[in-house]
Amino acid sequence: MTEDTPLVEITDLGVEFRMREGVVRAVDGVSLHVRKGEVLGIVGESGSGKSISVRSIMQLLPKTAVLSRGSVLFRPPCGGEIDIAKLDRKGKEIRSLRSRHIGMIFQEPMTALSPVHTIGRQVMTPIRLHLGLGKKAARDRARELLQLVQMPRPDQMLDAYPHELSGGMRQRAMIAIALACNPSLLIADEPTTALDVTTEAQILDLLKSLQERLGMAIIFITHNFGVVADIADRIAVMYMGRVVESGPVDDIFEKPQHPYTRALMASVPRLGAERRRRLTTIPGMVPDPFELPKGCSFHTRCSEAVAGTCDRLDAPLIDLAGGRNVRCHLHSQNQTGGPDVG
Amino acid sequence: MLAYLTKRLFWSIPMLIAVSIVAFIIIQLPPGDYATAYVAELRHQGDTVDPLMEQEIRVHFGLDKPIYVQYWWWISGIVLHGDFGQSLDYNMPVSNLIWARLGLTLAISITSLLLTWLIAIPIGVYSATRQYSALDYVFTIFGFIGRGFPEFLTALVLMWLAYSWLNMDVGGLMSAGMEQQPWSFAKVIDVASHIWVPLVVLATSGTAGLIRVVRANMLDELNKPYVETAYAQGLSERRVVWGYPVRVALNPFISTIGWALPSLISGDVITAVVLNLPTTGPLLLRALKNQDMYLAGSFILILSVFTIIGTLISDILLALSDPRVRRG
Amino acid sequence: MTDTTLINPTPIETNDAKEALYRATPRQLMWWRFRKHKLAVVSLCVLVFAYLTIAFAEFTAPYDPYEITEMATMQPPQSVHLFDEEWNFQGPFVYGLKRARDLETAAVIYTVDTDDIVPLHFFVAGSDYLFWGLIPGSFHLFGAEDPDTHIYLLGTDTLGRDLLSRLIHGGRTTLTIGILGVFFSFLIGITLGSISGYYGGRIDAAIQRLMEFIRSIPTIPLWMGLAAALPVEWDPLFVYFLITILLSLISWTHLARTVRGSFLSLRGEDYVLAARLLGASEKRIITKHMLPAMTSYIIAAVTLSVPEMILGETALSFLGLGLRPPVVSWGVLLQEAQNLRVIVQAPWLLLPGLAIVIIVLSFNFLGDGLRDAADPYGR
Ligand SMILES: Nc1ncnc2c1ncn2[C@@H]1O[C@H](COP(=O)(O)OP(=O)(O)OP(=O)(O)O)[C@@H](O)[C@H]1O
Ligand code: SF4
Ligand SMILES: [Mg+2]
Repeated sequence: MTEDTPLVEITDLGVEFRMREGVVRAVDGVSLHVRKGEVLGIVGESGSGKSISVRSIMQLLPKTAVLSRGSVLFRPPCGGEIDIAKLDRKGKEIRSLRSRHIGMIFQEPMTALSPVHTIGRQVMTPIRLHLGLGKKAARDRARELLQLVQMPRPDQMLDAYPHELSGGMRQRAMIAIALACNPSLLIADEPTTALDVTTEAQILDLLKSLQERLGMAIIFITHNFGVVADIADRIAVMYMGRVVESGPVDDIFEKPQHPYTRALMASVPRLGAERRRRLTTIPGMVPDPFELPKGCSFHTRCSEAVAGTCDRLDAPLIDLAGGRNVRCHLHSQNQTGGPDVG
Repeated sequence: MLAYLTKRLFWSIPMLIAVSIVAFIIIQLPPGDYATAYVAELRHQGDTVDPLMEQEIRVHFGLDKPIYVQYWWWISGIVLHGDFGQSLDYNMPVSNLIWARLGLTLAISITSLLLTWLIAIPIGVYSATRQYSALDYVFTIFGFIGRGFPEFLTALVLMWLAYSWLNMDVGGLMSAGMEQQPWSFAKVIDVASHIWVPLVVLATSGTAGLIRVVRANMLDELNKPYVETAYAQGLSERRVVWGYPVRVALNPFISTIGWALPSLISGDVITAVVLNLPTTGPLLLRALKNQDMYLAGSFILILSVFTIIGTLISDILLALSDPRVRRG
Repeated sequence: MTDTTLINPTPIETNDAKEALYRATPRQLMWWRFRKHKLAVVSLCVLVFAYLTIAFAEFTAPYDPYEITEMATMQPPQSVHLFDEEWNFQGPFVYGLKRARDLETAAVIYTVDTDDIVPLHFFVAGSDYLFWGLIPGSFHLFGAEDPDTHIYLLGTDTLGRDLLSRLIHGGRTTLTIGILGVFFSFLIGITLGSISGYYGGRIDAAIQRLMEFIRSIPTIPLWMGLAAALPVEWDPLFVYFLITILLSLISWTHLARTVRGSFLSLRGEDYVLAARLLGASEKRIITKHMLPAMTSYIIAAVTLSVPEMILGETALSFLGLGLRPPVVSWGVLLQEAQNLRVIVQAPWLLLPGLAIVIIVLSFNFLGDGLRDAADPYGR
């Protein structure tokens, strides 16, 4: 595999919830890719489909979800190429990928660990399952992992239960579980949202240093632009089940191209930004998922919407220079540069 | 853990004392005392008894003493010598009468408890993991119906059905005439053909309730994030379900084993009367009807003690299975 | 359940529905949620029907429940027909039964006599009664035109008494015991439960222990022991009350637990704290602020306790320790069916059991429905 073939490549992914009240297109044509050793940040408001998109990579969707179209190509380091979207969610193949090649960290460290098993037991489970180590060897590996995630008193913690740990320690345990088999991809779904600010900073530092040491790729989901800037190489911004803009982190910060990205960034108090500006929030409400607006799904809230176009025609996905993408009519009119903002 | 155990053990002592007081009150409740009943029994047999003798009997048994002294004599007799008093009706020590029957009651109750779990837990887990499937509906309906059937009615209906369809008289522990014979293969078969009725009766009512509890708890647990974590580790559905949520979902239920026992024993008492089983039920009923109060009181005492021990055991089991409890 | 209700509350058009939803009082919301629980609604109807029937038992029962007919012992139920053998419409009627004796076994045999058509008449004059022991009357909901011909829709018992009439009169006893008993245990439960939940601490611990203790004693043996102490010769009405109180003495714990639980969660609410800061007395806080907030839960818990009472009464009477003949109750009626030989000959004597099952299930479903409706965050 050359440096440039992505580790994961999601193409035109669609996930639907078919409910009595109608169909919710939680993910509606998402395309994403992550290269080896790269950190991709996904940003978006609540309900924009971030979790559902990344969970598709592990086939860890709610029972009611239907993977309706698209492909999720995964290229494990041992070679080959698997379309995860085609696998049976309960089948052997996907199970042998989970945790072995793709690890996942969840948002709620409080409840994401089993309350009735010790930390050691929970870290050992994937080790024994995928690496086939014996009890003793697995326990040693678990201890190493706890040391790796800088868990205080790792020996004691092996036999501790989650309720005896603080939130930050639990999240460390979670990370240890996710990294147990040295996966080539780590998915972190808002791993710091439930933590206080100091702990959040510690966990972010930990993830960054682990990434440098182990070199795995990370998909990092967050609401918070500040956090992405810190950790990500590239960013994808999602709105209503679609990626509206993606590109290298510095470029996007410097020159956001999509009105939604701009609005989102304006709503984040940035260090160094002028103090007197009021913190803007995006006006309007997220549309009803059952009745998606016609045209560009953002036009009900977009301050730059072009009447007659944006409320009628679907916004196309436009490739910009420098590996950037944007989904907006403003760019289709003059493909070359786009309006100068900033 | 040890501290929890000690505390829990310590708590059961006042419970035991309270139970013994209740049993003693029940013994004392009917008008008159043992002496009156004794004399009445003698008169019934044709003896003439003068009031003086009644008084003597009263003094002899300490019935003229204050009530707390009587209680002390009664309870210390039981605890120190295993002496439960005298059954008037059978004219022999209560302890000679009760143990065999208690044993059978306990055997039937515990067997049906195990049967209940064996049936209800897998069904409850299945119903929850396959919510709204056809079988889930079937089990739910069964649970509803089982909830409305009192044990004695189930027993009556089963007896009737067994008689009219299988032409079997399933009352009693074995067929008439088998009792005198030594144990043999035929006798075992015969007992088995009778014993299933009380087991089915008791297990039905228990199962119906338990399926509901297990299903509801499982549905709660299956939505918890740690289940997803377990799936994310690449475990198979079976290992995830049985290794994680089931263990958590069973906790509240383990803590109610203690309560299942009283209701099972209650159920057994009344079922046994209907089915004419040689367990505590019919004997207790007869003792109560004949105001053979030492016998009746002893039964109530021992049954209650059993359930207190049952609750204790279930609390210990709960502490073993749920680390969060041990701290308490 | 709530979510779907919010999105689609009633069949009204969407905009109106949204409007109505925002304006609905909590009580209306509860009613809407309750109505979605079909089984609970059906159960409510069944129970209303049952209680109406027993309220007018003297009128709805075709005969006197004690009237013995020697020539109609263990008569099987007669089913109601509308058409005769030749498919001629006759209106509701039953076929008469011919009574004979099997020459070998000497057992009584009834055979349907299709020539003997006994039409069902409504509002017929029959045996005299005192309605509720006060108002004399002789009208019955239905019967045969000739007062000497009897129609036994549910058959008769071993003494030739009409099972339907006995079922209706027995229902009056059993079903009111359910309600009365729950009333008593409600009083005990709510008092101790609210004290326990409100004060917490040592009082709570003591009451908790008491409840734990009562729960750990097997109820039936205890009931049996206490019931057996009631002298046989006492007035049946008095025994009835004592049994009721007995049942509630043991089964109040369930209610108390519910009350305590909701008290504990309410105690922390801001408005209770506010009331206390304003200097409201403890009694006022409990009765004016906390109890009203819990009514719906309590109603649900009360409904779920009724079957426990009914089953307790039936079990005791069935064993011969509760109500005794001549009082009729469903437990007393089932006593007749204790014997396998009797059941085999007259399986309809198990019908009171069916009545028990229906009533118990109805109360359970109704209680479930109420509980779901009361819980604004329920599933
Ligand atoms: N179990 C489910 N049933 C029905 N719809 C669902 C379910 N889970 C998610 N959805 C729908 O999918 C959409 C996207 O959900 P998703 O969890 O991916 O959002 P998210 O971007 O991760 O939000 P958050 O930041 O709050 O985690 C939601 O708006 C919701 O409508
Ligand atoms: S397409 Fe139109 S509405 Fe949508 S983001 Fe671009 S400008 Fe705004
Ligand atoms: Mg999410």
